[in-house]
Amino acid sequence: MTSTQLIEPCVAATVVTPSPTADSEALADKYAGQTPFVSIQNVSKTFGDFTAVDNVSLDIYQSELFCLLGGSGCGKSTLLRMLAGFEEPSQGKILIDGVDMTGIPPWDRPVNMMFQSYALFPHMNVADNIAFGLKREGVPRDEVKERVAKMLELVQLGHLGKRKPDQLSGGQRQRVALARALIKRPKLLLLDEPLGALDRKLREETQFELINIQESLGVTFVVVTHDQEEAMTLASRIGVMDQGIIVQTDEPHDMYEFPSSRFVAEFIGSVNIFEGIVTEDERDSVRINSREAGCTLAVNHGISCAPHQHVHVALRPEKIRISHSHPDQQENCISGVIEEIAYMGSLSSFRVKLASGKEIRVTRPNTDRRMAERFTWEDKVFLFWDEDSSVVLTS
Amino acid sequence: MKRNGYFLKITAGLGFLFLYAPIIALIVYSFNRSKLVTVWGGWSLKWYSELFKNAQIIDAAMLSLKIALISATVAVVLGTMAGMALSRFGAFRGRMWMSGFITAPLVMPEVITGLSLLLLFVALEATFGWPAGRGSTTIIIAHSTFCMAYVAVIVQSRLSSMDETLEEAAMDLGAKPSSLFFLVTLPLITPALISGWLLSFTLSLDDLVIASFVSGPGNSTLPMVIFSKVRLGVTPEVNALATIMIAIVALGVVVAMLQLRRKDRISS
Repeated sequence: MTSTQLIEPCVAATVVTPSPTADSEALADKYAGQTPFVSIQNVSKTFGDFTAVDNVSLDIYQSELFCLLGGSGCGKSTLLRMLAGFEEPSQGKILIDGVDMTGIPPWDRPVNMMFQSYALFPHMNVADNIAFGLKREGVPRDEVKERVAKMLELVQLGHLGKRKPDQLSGGQRQRVALARALIKRPKLLLLDEPLGALDRKLREETQFELINIQESLGVTFVVVTHDQEEAMTLASRIGVMDQGIIVQTDEPHDMYEFPSSRFVAEFIGSVNIFEGIVTEDERDSVRINSREAGCTLAVNHGISCAPHQHVHVALRPEKIRISHSHPDQQENCISGVIEEIAYMGSLSSFRVKLASGKEIRVTRPNTDRRMAERFTWEDKVFLFWDEDSSVVLTS
Repeated sequence: MKRNGYFLKITAGLGFLFLYAPIIALIVYSFNRSKLVTVWGGWSLKWYSELFKNAQIIDAAMLSLKIALISATVAVVLGTMAGMALSRFGAFRGRMWMSGFITAPLVMPEVITGLSLLLLFVALEATFGWPAGRGSTTIIIAHSTFCMAYVAVIVQSRLSSMDETLEEAAMDLGAKPSSLFFLVTLPLITPALISGWLLSFTLSLDDLVIASFVSGPGNSTLPMVIFSKVRLGVTPEVNALATIMIAIVALGVVVAMLQLRRKDRISS
C-alpha cells in the first residue's frame, strides 16, 4: 500500500462527524463510475417510541461482500429485514438494482436470505427444502431436479438429499440453508449471523468456503454479524453500526488502522486510548500533551484539528514496542511497570501500569523461541512507538 | 432414582387404580349373565347381542357419531382460523377481547351455554325461520361452538411455539401467503389439528347437558338415551354399550398418540 492510499481514508476519518459524503468520497476511487447495486436512502425505522434504524444512507456495489457489524440492538438486523422486505422503512427508500423496493413484498424481491436459525422446513427433506424456491417459481420438474443436484454438489452435500434436517449436523444444516437461499440465483443474498451457530473450527473452514462461493457466483452478499473477527475475514467492506446509525464504512484494513471514532476503535480489536490536548498543529503533524500518558504524543499523518482541542489518541497493542532500556526518542515514549503477562503461544500480552495509574496493553509476537530480552512481573519497562502508529480521534 | 423405585411404583399403581377401577368393574359386569346388575351370574355375551337388537340405542349411537364427526370438523376449521388470528396478526384492535371471548366457553358452565344457545335458536327461528325446529342441526351448531374454543387454544399454543422464521423463510423463497399456509404452516400444525379434532369428537360424543337443551323431539343422542334409561334403573345392556364406547375411545387415543409421536419426530 502506498502512502497516498493510506492517507485517503484517514482524511475522511478525521472529520468531526463522519457524513455520508465523506464516505462516498473515499469510495469514489474504487467504485468510480459504478452505480450502486443496493442503495439505502435516508432510511429510518421506528417501533413505537424506539428508533431502530436512524436515517441511514448506504450504497452497496455489485459483487461486494458487505458486512454490517454491531452489537445487539444496534439496528443491523432491522436493516437486513428491511432489505428482505419483512419490515417496511418508516422513512426513506431502498433501491435494489435500480428498482424502488417500497411496497414490494418479500416473495417478489430479487433477494434471498439465510436465517440465523437456518429456518429449514422440518417436514421436508434436504432436496425438497432446496427445491422449495424453484417450485414456487414454476420451474419445470426436470430442471428443478437438475439444479438441486448441482446445488447439493456445490455445498458438498450430494449424498444427503434424502435426509431430514434433524438428521444433519450443525455445519450441514448451515450448508443446506445456504444452498436453499442461493438456488433462485438471487441478485442479493442476505446472511444473518451465518456462522453464529457453528463451533470455532467449523467456522474457520466455513468462512473461507463462503468467500469462495461468493466469488465464484458473483452474487452480492450482505452479512450481518456481531463478531468483528468474522466481519474482518469475510468482508470486502464493513459498516459498523451503533444505536441505529452507521458510524463508519470502510475496508477491513482501514477500519482497523484508521478508525474514525472512539466507538469504532474500541469495538474492533483492542486499543489503548489516551486523552490529551493539542499543543502544536502543523500541516502534516500534530503534538498532543497527555497527562495520562505522561509524555508528548506525536502523530504524523494528516489531521484536521485545532490547537487546544481536546482529543483522544488511539494506539493498537501490537504497534507498541517494549524494552528495558530507554530508546532514542523522547516523544511517543512512556515508562511503566509490568503488572501482568499472558503467554498465548503465538504472542505474549503485557499489561503495563503507568505512573499516572493508566494501564496499557502491549502485545509482542513470539518470533524467537529463546527471547533475546526476557520480561517478568514488576519489571520497569519503556514503551515506544512510531509517529504513524497512533491515530487521533476527534469524536 | 433407584432409591425411590418402590415408592414410585406404589403411587403410580394407586393412581391408576383410582382412575380405572370403576371402568374395569363396568367392563367386567358387561359380560355378566345375570339380569341384576349387582349380582354376578357367570360370563356371557348376551347383553351385547341384546344391545344390537335395540333399535333405539343403535339410532342414538349413529346420530351421536354423525354429530361428533361433523361438529369436530367444523370446530377444527373455525378454531384454526381463530388460533391463527390470535397468534399471528400481532396486536390488532380488540385482540385482548377476542382472546378472552374465545377462551370463555372453556370455563362457562354447560347449563348456561346450553340455555343461551337454546334462546338464540328460538329467537333465530322466530326472526328468520332458520333453524326450523331443533334437532341434529342445532346440536351440531352448539357443539361446534364450544369445541372451537378448545381447538383455538391448542392451535394458538402450537403456533406460538413454532419458529416464525420458518414462515418468513417460505415468503423469502417466493411463497405467497396463501400457498405459505398450505405448504408450511399447515403441515407443521397438523399434530395440533389432529389432537384438536379428537378432543372435539370426544367432547361432542360425551355431551349431555348442551345437547339436552338444544335437541328436539326424536333427536336423542346416545348420552341422552343412556341417561334416560339409567334413570329407570341401570341395565346390563348399558354396561355393554359403555364398554363398546370405551373401546372406541381407547382405539382413537392410541391412534392419535402414535400419529403425534410420528409427527413430533419429524418436526423436532
